[in-house]
Amino acid sequence: MSRTTTDALYLVTIVTFILALRFLSSPKHARKGNWIGAAGMALAIVVTLLQDSVGNYALIGIGMVVGGAVGLVGARMVKMTAMPQMVALFNGVGGGAAALIALDEFHRFGGTFSTVEATSIALSALIGAISFSGSMIAYAKLQELISGRPIVFRGQQVVNALIIGSAVVLGVWIASGGDQQGLIYGLIAAALVFGVMFVLPIGGADMPVVISLLNAFTGLAAAATGFVLNNNVLIVAGALVGASGTLLTILMGKAMNRSITNVLFGAFGQVQTGAGAARVDDGRTVRATSPEDVAVMLSFARKVIIVPGYGLAVAQAQHDVRQLGELLEEKGVEVVYAIHPVAGRMPGHMNVLLAEANVPYDVLKEMDEVNPEFPQADVALVIGANDVTNPAARTDTSSPIYGMPILDVDKAAAVVVMKRSMAPGFAGIDNELYLDPRTTMLFGDAKDSIVKLIGAVKAS
Amino acid sequence: MLAIFLGVEVISKVPTMLHTPLMSGTNAIHGIVIVGAILIAGSADDTFSKIVGVVAVVLASANVVGGFVVTDRMLQMFRRREPRRESNDD
Repeated sequence: MSRTTTDALYLVTIVTFILALRFLSSPKHARKGNWIGAAGMALAIVVTLLQDSVGNYALIGIGMVVGGAVGLVGARMVKMTAMPQMVALFNGVGGGAAALIALDEFHRFGGTFSTVEATSIALSALIGAISFSGSMIAYAKLQELISGRPIVFRGQQVVNALIIGSAVVLGVWIASGGDQQGLIYGLIAAALVFGVMFVLPIGGADMPVVISLLNAFTGLAAAATGFVLNNNVLIVAGALVGASGTLLTILMGKAMNRSITNVLFGAFGQVQTGAGAARVDDGRTVRATSPEDVAVMLSFARKVIIVPGYGLAVAQAQHDVRQLGELLEEKGVEVVYAIHPVAGRMPGHMNVLLAEANVPYDVLKEMDEVNPEFPQADVALVIGANDVTNPAARTDTSSPIYGMPILDVDKAAAVVVMKRSMAPGFAGIDNELYLDPRTTMLFGDAKDSIVKLIGAVKAS
Repeated sequence: MLAIFLGVEVISKVPTMLHTPLMSGTNAIHGIVIVGAILIAGSADDTFSKIVGVVAVVLASANVVGGFVVTDRMLQMFRRREPRRESNDD
């Protein structure tokens, strides 16, 4: 295949990727857009396979079948609640592939590169390896294979600086023409360790931001491999993901009212682990309630705002919530859902889950839209949400979530919180809301509680 | 440069509601490293390159297939909606 044909077809791929992202601006076309992108990817793969330099088809075929099967099974089996860690995993393997490409290129042609190529190899290995190990830690944290809490130790910043510093030194060495194989191994090893060290101190609540950032990293690593292999589709598609991922990361940071630097280096959530437990004993008490009482409150309310959080996702209770909502609507109660931008484990995570349960998306209201409605609501029903409802974010300057925009559930006439226990949320801090005299707690698994509520509402 | 501009331009139009599928969609797109993986695996002539190449192909294929399928599963759920609010989403 001639260079011109190849470039033209690669350009078609790029256009499909842009269309795919463009179509994501509306749920109506989004799915079609995704398939257009997939078709573009398939085209790029076929074009690449037809290049004169490409042989070893059996080897590539086996690789694609194995990788494809793993990806397919993983993507099909995963529960909607576990989606964020799945995205982290797929992101990591992409970064790993970029690092391996750099490794192999250096192995074959080390010492013969132009400065641009050598620099790109170093960047591709560095960013790809960080993205790989960082994503794996993010996966492990979200999957709760390791603690979601920030893992910190004294002098951590110094150790991290030394690791990344040595990686950069090795990278510069490669970029300036070093050709010893040890350099690239050292660089990748340092980058892998750095990826681990860089994600470990970040709390679980901030993981979505981290995944988004690592997603942008993998895009940049892909773009860097494009410079190494002199391949335009890699450069352009990689840069596209790098740019969009960076922007998405910034938008997510804004939704939490925190700068990216603060997310990455703030070790969020470590501060209050000790202070938290004592606070419950300051005279105010937590009041528990029964499903029957809550059912009566809900049935005779005019307006109920449901605030779903990760607890709902864990309990897989989205279908039951929808049923409860419909039941209340039949009784003439106005029901809306208040969706915090970072409720759940990813922005928009709650929308995905409730959409799965067929809740129409016009009753799902975003924070700015729904906050003025809380004072008119008779009941705010908080289902497994915690940090996004914590009034400390408005009032307590010492709180690690101070300044994060929250849902004003405490402004509703009554608040019912459905929760498994008094355990703090992902940010690792206590919630003042639970001590509010208007708040009652309904303890138990969200799904069980909602099923009981449905029964009680039907009976009342 | 154009790609960077387009990336920013395109993302700023996506509603928060679709940010999870968006992250997943861009995740699938960087599976384009499969092109690089095929290029190195396809021109590998010693054992080292073959092994590294095939592992890269496996990883990148998982990224591509998994990325698109997961995104589709998410978007599928936004499908059966009454069409009453669509005009607001553009």
